[in-house]
Amino acid sequence: MGYTMSECPVCAAEIELADDAMAGELLVCEDCGAELELTAIDPVTLAEAPSAEEDWGQ
Amino acid sequence: MRIGLLHSLIRKEEKLLIEAFRNAGVEPIMLDDRKLIMDFHSAPDIDILVERSINHSRALHALRLFESAGVCCVNSHKVAQICGDKLLTTAALRDHGIAQPECRVAFTEESALEAIEELGYPVVLKPAVGSWGRLLSKINDRDAAETVLEHKTVLGSYHHSIFYIQQYIEKQGRDIRSFVVGDDCIAAIYRSSDHWITNTARGAQASKCEVTPEVAEISLAAAKAVGGGIVAVDLFESDAGLLVNEVNYTMEFRNSIDTTGVDIPQVVADYVIGLVKQ
Repeated sequence: MGYTMSECPVCAAEIELADDAMAGELLVCEDCGAELELTAIDPVTLAEAPSAEEDWGQ
Repeated sequence: MRIGLLHSLIRKEEKLLIEAFRNAGVEPIMLDDRKLIMDFHSAPDIDILVERSINHSRALHALRLFESAGVCCVNSHKVAQICGDKLLTTAALRDHGIAQPECRVAFTEESALEAIEELGYPVVLKPAVGSWGRLLSKINDRDAAETVLEHKTVLGSYHHSIFYIQQYIEKQGRDIRSFVVGDDCIAAIYRSSDHWITNTARGAQASKCEVTPEVAEISLAAAKAVGGGIVAVDLFESDAGLLVNEVNYTMEFRNSIDTTGVDIPQVVADYVIGLVKQ
């Protein structure tokens, strides 16, 4: 599987993106543990994921 | 075939579902609830909507609007409404005669304390809307009851003053989560933890649970009681047999595929495709 490199917006660690990565995908930085959202693919942009809200999850 | 997938953040579950649809030859149409604008009569051109929003409130309202526009939704607005509110879930299970822990609902600190004392300690106080085991309180005595009720009343928003009180079930460190797709209970896991809260989101360990006739029967009955579709049913093992704790309508399953050996996302995708073909 090929991948693209990007940078964690929190700790600047390198983040590998798989070739099937898609906008909106939730990622975790392996260095700092921050939850990140892949906000766009072309070009790749990463942002801190929104904090869990009270009505999230099951 | 045009299958819409309503999402917010794309978690492991959504990626697995997308892959499963692709395996079946269908490219799902991704609908980000953060970008969605809806009126009250039309919707994107899709044959069916698969709801996978992470936010209950967005899911609930979007499903209502998609259904208003004539789109079949999995799960339906009715299922989301019932499963998203523990009070409504308990009422639906009660209407269908399904075994569950004893529950009380009260609307003031005073009446909630009275209800807790009537049920007997310990009890579990839960927000009617909420998940991942958040804001659950196991109340062991009157001192704790008075403290938690006062904090909820003073610090919580209005819906924290709808006091949903459940009898505490001694579950020996585990509960069961079963997965229902349509008319089949396809898999089940034990969720084990040293903590009394056994959500995997809170660190509980998943292991395979055989789908016994008893597990299948109560899971299917619970699913039917809330309106059917694709749900995960949380069960307690008690001296009186299995009890339904909760029913989840946007189920998470990433920890349950290898554990059970069942390709849950593929079963879900095939079920949805089958609904469109009907």
